[in-house]
Amino acid sequence: MHFKNCIFALSMLVAPGAWGALPIEHWMHASGAQVYLVQSPGIAMVDVQLDFDAGDRRSPVDKTGLARVMASATRNGVKGAAGQSALDENALGEAWADLGASFSASAGSDRLTFALRSLSYPDVLAQASALAARQLGEPAFPDKLWQRDRPKMIASIKEANTRPATVAARAFGKAVYGKHPYGRETTEADLRNISSADMQALHAQAVRACYARISMVGAVNRAQADALVATLLARLPQGSCPALPPVDEVQPLSGPSEQRIAFDSAQAHVLVGQPGIKRNSPDYFALLVGNHILGGGGFTARLTEEVREKRGLTYGIYSSFAPGLHAGAFTISLQTRPDQAQQALDILRAELQRFVADGPTEQELQAAKDNLIGGFALRIDTNRKLLDNVANIAWNDLPLDYLATWTAQLQRVTAADIRQAFARTLQPQSMATVVLGAN
Amino acid sequence: MKHLTSILVVFELIFRASRLRFAGRACAGLMVASLVGSGVWAAPDPTQQFTLRNGMTLIVKPDHRAPTAVHMLWVRVGSMDEVDGTSGVAHLLEHMLFKGTPTVKAGDFSRRVAALGGRENAFTNKDYTGYYQQIPAARLADVMQLEADRFANNQWSDEDFRKELEVVKEERRLRTEDNPHARLFEAMTATTYQASPYRRPVVGWMSDLESMVPEDARAFYRRWYTPANAAIVVAGDVEPQAVFALAEKYYGGIASAQLPERKPRLEPAQSGLRRLDFKAPAEQSYVALAFKVPGIRPGAPGADLWDAQAQDALALTVLSAVLDGYEGARLDRALTQSDDHLADNVGAHYSATARGPVTFMVSGVPASGKSSAALEAALRAQLKRVAEEGISAAELKRVVNQWTAGEVYQQDSVFNQARRLGANWTMGLPLGFEADMLERLRGISPAQVQAVAARYFGDDELTVATLLPQPLGVKRIPRKPPPGTRH
Repeated sequence: MHFKNCIFALSMLVAPGAWGALPIEHWMHASGAQVYLVQSPGIAMVDVQLDFDAGDRRSPVDKTGLARVMASATRNGVKGAAGQSALDENALGEAWADLGASFSASAGSDRLTFALRSLSYPDVLAQASALAARQLGEPAFPDKLWQRDRPKMIASIKEANTRPATVAARAFGKAVYGKHPYGRETTEADLRNISSADMQALHAQAVRACYARISMVGAVNRAQADALVATLLARLPQGSCPALPPVDEVQPLSGPSEQRIAFDSAQAHVLVGQPGIKRNSPDYFALLVGNHILGGGGFTARLTEEVREKRGLTYGIYSSFAPGLHAGAFTISLQTRPDQAQQALDILRAELQRFVADGPTEQELQAAKDNLIGGFALRIDTNRKLLDNVANIAWNDLPLDYLATWTAQLQRVTAADIRQAFARTLQPQSMATVVLGAN
Repeated sequence: MKHLTSILVVFELIFRASRLRFAGRACAGLMVASLVGSGVWAAPDPTQQFTLRNGMTLIVKPDHRAPTAVHMLWVRVGSMDEVDGTSGVAHLLEHMLFKGTPTVKAGDFSRRVAALGGRENAFTNKDYTGYYQQIPAARLADVMQLEADRFANNQWSDEDFRKELEVVKEERRLRTEDNPHARLFEAMTATTYQASPYRRPVVGWMSDLESMVPEDARAFYRRWYTPANAAIVVAGDVEPQAVFALAEKYYGGIASAQLPERKPRLEPAQSGLRRLDFKAPAEQSYVALAFKVPGIRPGAPGADLWDAQAQDALALTVLSAVLDGYEGARLDRALTQSDDHLADNVGAHYSATARGPVTFMVSGVPASGKSSAALEAALRAQLKRVAEEGISAAELKRVVNQWTAGEVYQQDSVFNQARRLGANWTMGLPLGFEADMLERLRGISPAQVQAVAARYFGDDELTVATLLPQPLGVKRIPRKPPPGTRH
């Protein structure tokens, strides 16, 4: 869930060239990897992100979390290879610290992601990319460490299950996604089913050069970037990357559902939603602007105005879409004192219904455009933000001029577009509702 | 501020809204270990500081990589300036600053910033209160005008106060009441400090919030929101002289007022271990140890900032990084890795700069079947080990390398640079402090680290808090106010 939200957050960062077109260079590396580069010479640093289609949506149903677990285990050491001795977890951690660089792996439902950050001084970058190549290509996955770490993860799941926000979010995920992988949560049983051999197998199958989408931002030119890619991928299997099997789509809800969960907490947690859109939906821009107005745009959003500003019922109420490779959830969430949960839920539902029925006013639409378009430059004013944007383009096969045309795409959206897109996408009468901890 | 294993909730920084762009959690999981510094790599620091005609401070840091800017207003007032009975008023007032002036009605501040393409928020902690807008650089004058207006003319109705107070209570429920570790730290802080105002939570005790009245916030505003107690920080695609002219125009005319006397309220020496058990619904136990140690604090005007205490603070900064500054650092290696490991995770935390007293904390979650007492003893044994054996030159070099690289990465975020400039100003630290500190950290020897490990980690200045997990569903603290209290 978090990762999918992140995808949306990242894509929201994207926008058009306010101070000239942003040059994104794209080429296919000799290995077959797709490379996307923005040269940013201002600071002596480089960020590289490598994305693979190996997120947990592809994990076996009884091994949910395998991708995340594998990603996390890549820091447990690297194998020895021609002329280089193996490094255990501590030797690896020390080597990264000594370089003043970092390398990490993570996974969400869609993506398996590796990320390198290093200074761009040639001697440091050469060492950092060589070390990253070992960790990317030849992680050791020592079984002893998995046997050690598994109980920690189980304990951490049990701990999380004592928190109201976790319990509510898990119930909501199940209600919205049903059996789809997006709704699966890693359980103790999943972790017991996962072996270090599973991690090896997933790594061998998924982490191949020709599957890689590589995004890079920093003080390197194209030739240097291509050489850096060659170093990073040198230890991965080269050759074929057969098409991966399709994953089932998220099914629409068959009707409304409402769960009331008893919980002894200081606040009730209220969640309302349903499957939303895929990232490649033609309604993407209309929903982005519309959601900004409804509940995504901070203090000026309708839901914030009605529930927080006018009535003081909550610290935060938000609506969001989570467009991914599948239809991620549309979610409205809030927390409030247990005796106010029903009142807040009633207002939330009324506002949602009104918005889906009527859409925004012209004035609201203009305000949203002023903010989103006027603030475009804020979406790409650091290397980190640029990297997020480039990776979004790379991952979602967006056109290279996506940033340059973003404001124009947004400008084009009309109130009628938003109303129609919301009407097509959302069915307020048939949503999943979770209310945890209400009186 | 490591993300991977440390679960210390030491920085009690509270925001007006929970969805921040502040230090945003990177989805890709990149980690930058940047603990100190803001000096510019081998280039002269372009940062300039001005004093406006009414005594207000202006700090400008040009950075022309992108046509954006951040504008921050820092007020040297936080929860440490509150008095008993009105805890939380600094933070509540921060919320009320969004509720209007005679010329900008409630909610319009945010609407106008949004219309400029801007993002905004505000934050409060023990030492300071800050307000910021991130905007296209061409909009700087607009937000300066808006911010100066509410700094000078904030005004709102009792009804708006009443509603916002409920929002803040919800914030307390969200961040504290339903978070066992946050409640443990709240109780622990109240035990660690007795005379120091640091003992109170930034968000305020619930009872104080229940009894807060509009005049509490208005009086706090009149008392502390004066030009001599505030600084503007602007960073980004701007020219210092032009910003100075704008600041004089919008802020310079605000009437100055006498700043009230600040009572020192110094924490007396602790003479003996304090121990605290805290029961909360949880699966895992948790133990935290806070040792009172020196920090870096400006003394009387003209006094050397880098006195003996500050030297020890530098050595403690190194100690913290050697214990927990990177994957596989000492605490991790000793306590979470062996077949019979004691902890699922461990952490060390120390931040040398603050307006008030500082502590050095170590903490951890015991592994299943291990006791918090055993973990507590093991954490202390690691400190003792440094005291007896010292640290290696390789460890020292490693953490200095990390900081040095962190200085470069830090340049990527103009926002974070502005934040550090503002925070340092509130603590009375000079411009260029961060670069100076990094330079001095480079000069710390292993012997100095060993010496502070031997000096500061006895029983006498220690507070230990232990979370005792309770089953879910057990009735906890009463949530409703006792009869007779106002609502």
